[in-house]
Amino acid sequence: MSEFIALSLPPMLIGTLAAMACALPGNFLLLRRQSLIGDAISHTVLPGIVVAFLLTGSLAALPMMLGAAAAALLAVVLIELIRRFGRVEPGAAMGVVFTTMFAAGVLLLEQTDTASVHLDVEHALYGNLESLIWLDGFVPGALTDPQALATLPPELTRMALTLAVIALALWIFWRPLALATFDNGFAQSLGLPVTTLSLGLVVCAAMAAVAAFDAVGSIIVIAMFICPPASARLMTNDLKHQIAWSLAFAALSATLGYVLAGYGPLWLGAEASVSAAGMIATVSGLILGGTALAGPHRKA
Amino acid sequence: MKDTALLSAPLQVQDLTVSYGGDPVLTGADLTVPEGEMTAIIGPNGAGKSTLLKSALGLVKPLSGTITAWDQPLAAQRDRIAYVPQRASVDWDFPTTVLEVALMGLYRQLGLLRRTRPHHRDKALACLDRVGMSDLADRQIGQLSGGQQQRVFLARALAQEAELYLLDEPFAGVDAATEAAIITVLHGLRDAGKTVLCVHHDLSTVPRYFDHVCLLNRHTVAQGPTATTFTDANLMRTYDGRLPTAA
Amino acid sequence: MLLDALTLNLGYNATLVALGATALGLAAGTVGTFLYLRQRSLVSDAISHATLPGVAIAFLVMVALGGTGRNLAGLMLGSAITAALGLATVTWLTRATRLPQDAAIGAVLSVFFGTGITLLTVIQTLDAGQQAGLESVLLGATAGMLRADALLIAAGGALTLLATMALRRPLLMIAFDEGYAAQRGLNVAHYDLALLGLVLAVTVTGLKITGLILIVALLVIPPVAARFWTDRAPRMALIAAVIGAGAGYVGAALSASAPDLPTGPLIVLTAFSAFAVSLFCAPRRGLLASALRHTRQRATARS
Repeated sequence: MSEFIALSLPPMLIGTLAAMACALPGNFLLLRRQSLIGDAISHTVLPGIVVAFLLTGSLAALPMMLGAAAAALLAVVLIELIRRFGRVEPGAAMGVVFTTMFAAGVLLLEQTDTASVHLDVEHALYGNLESLIWLDGFVPGALTDPQALATLPPELTRMALTLAVIALALWIFWRPLALATFDNGFAQSLGLPVTTLSLGLVVCAAMAAVAAFDAVGSIIVIAMFICPPASARLMTNDLKHQIAWSLAFAALSATLGYVLAGYGPLWLGAEASVSAAGMIATVSGLILGGTALAGPHRKA
Repeated sequence: MKDTALLSAPLQVQDLTVSYGGDPVLTGADLTVPEGEMTAIIGPNGAGKSTLLKSALGLVKPLSGTITAWDQPLAAQRDRIAYVPQRASVDWDFPTTVLEVALMGLYRQLGLLRRTRPHHRDKALACLDRVGMSDLADRQIGQLSGGQQQRVFLARALAQEAELYLLDEPFAGVDAATEAAIITVLHGLRDAGKTVLCVHHDLSTVPRYFDHVCLLNRHTVAQGPTATTFTDANLMRTYDGRLPTAA
Repeated sequence: MLLDALTLNLGYNATLVALGATALGLAAGTVGTFLYLRQRSLVSDAISHATLPGVAIAFLVMVALGGTGRNLAGLMLGSAITAALGLATVTWLTRATRLPQDAAIGAVLSVFFGTGITLLTVIQTLDAGQQAGLESVLLGATAGMLRADALLIAAGGALTLLATMALRRPLLMIAFDEGYAAQRGLNVAHYDLALLGLVLAVTVTGLKITGLILIVALLVIPPVAARFWTDRAPRMALIAAVIGAGAGYVGAALSASAPDLPTGPLIVLTAFSAFAVSLFCAPRRGLLASALRHTRQRATARS
């Protein structure tokens, strides 16, 4: 039991919180036909953290997150500028921007001496969920011991806080956001700041992506932006229910994926475990496959 | 037509030029919508009818020109203006119900955090009833026919209790029953002293439906009371000499 | 040094890479043009990410058969199979459900990629001695390119290019007006499939040079850049092919000119420079030209 609390509970909780934080804005991105914005944002995380590292010389969480957030915003602005002023189709504009920024990130990384620090493309892609252990969790009664609780991985607090902020923002701006998502022209005629709303949603998504990538990597981020909301859309025709379903699917993917990655190989007789991030994405895909086959509202 | 209408028209557009980046869609268009009347904007495809309506709502930023509502800037009069967009402009697969769409018309009262109370629902239901849609209040919007969707849009505008109603092609692709229901509601609004402006396509119904017309083809060809303005000569000029068969 | 690189005087390997990258860029620019005109640019993103599980499975199969698991043709075949599966999944999700295409693309790319990552970690645990460098398909690895690899890439690029040329008329007709093309008796579904098959071929060909994440750039950026210069589709395909080939050649040469300059990213950044120049300087559609026109219009509107 204490082994579970120390080694498995923290990464499972962090994975679940990260999955839910991404799924929440993902619902609106899905309905706005902007799912791939999540994809673009996660690709730009890499150049963001590399530049932050070059500027500060450290791998501390705050500069990394600021760098990634700045890169995400830059990407969104560039996509919008190219789309509007270059009259380029949105998908293609996105493709131009995120591949270029990712390439720039890889180039910078290769040019930088990062051998001594833990900064590489693989890390940005699939994180390191398994390493987020809590050594004081081995202490009996750790879950009620304030001293032991203080040594929980900082990612846990960070992710919980991010989820809370995103949930609060969506709760406050629910009505205008839903309205502008359904009927942008009507929302504008009411005097709603539709551009700001749209940008705010992207900022929420970027926050989720940036907070999550460090712990769980970009792969989960993209999968959780899209798969749980898409599965949820096939379960219901009510926006509030859709969001509830998406949170449930996100949590299920994260816990089940983590367990399968950690214990699945053992059950099959193998020694080591496999990538939890990859497995969580795989489980979310299986859930989507299930709802696409049998979801009550899979067809319009 | 009242002489005073010009002094404080619900909507006045002067010398409007709009471009989406290429050649201008509208060049120096004018429009005066008289109070308490039904006005139609008509003209061939690509004449800039929807653009004129969208500019009048502030949805499109013009290159030049002035737009006033009751002699004031648009932003100050938003509460008095209701807009019914083209049906095709939204995603009808959106996960929401007919009643919730009608409730969107009450947004300016509800704001961010106020809860939706029973009296709000009653009001939205009453507006749905006026267009004959209250029975379908709990339906998912994607399950409606085109005509039913158009009526829900009109109910949403009614819920705003505005004084000026701007409709973009309200009769496009709807069944005869819906067209009759919509025109009854719109005439009811006019008879109650409200002002209605429609982008309209079907020339054959113009004299029956509208009191006032604006003939548009990138600029304003003519505008005035239907009886004196909706003439063959003006139509010929609007439609580049090719009179559409319906007229 | 750079001049040496651009004139192919930096040795055998650099020359092989440059020729391979040029062939790849040529094919990618041409195929990408038709993809862009069909408004499906980002389908390539799903296809490319869906190659990863195939690479891992091919490796496992080849090792099980007693090989080293690193044969390029074998890896390409494996990646083509799962990429085709990913493509089929995108099509199935958009047909069988209410989900829009972009969501289907995003779902497939992240899930297939996640599965691929999982399989890579399986390989890592199997035998530490052999796993070296499978991750290179993510970003490409041109350092140890063999003559056979370069020939394979050049042949793949050339075949794709020829097939695209042969199909250009029906593909253009469908891209312009699907309904009319269908009415004229073209099987739209078959030609769409053929187009995506060509994209798949380019992707698989590019694994070694740009890697699967960056191949998307070669399919997307040259057509977008070419669109600024012309309103005619055949000319656009030609310009995109030239930009793609140029990016491949210059990028590979730059990468050979100094250490720590990875080929894939440099090819992408070269392509992006061509896009940036097009965006600003192209006559008529370029930003400078439209800004001038806008000012003039405003002036006439106000006067």
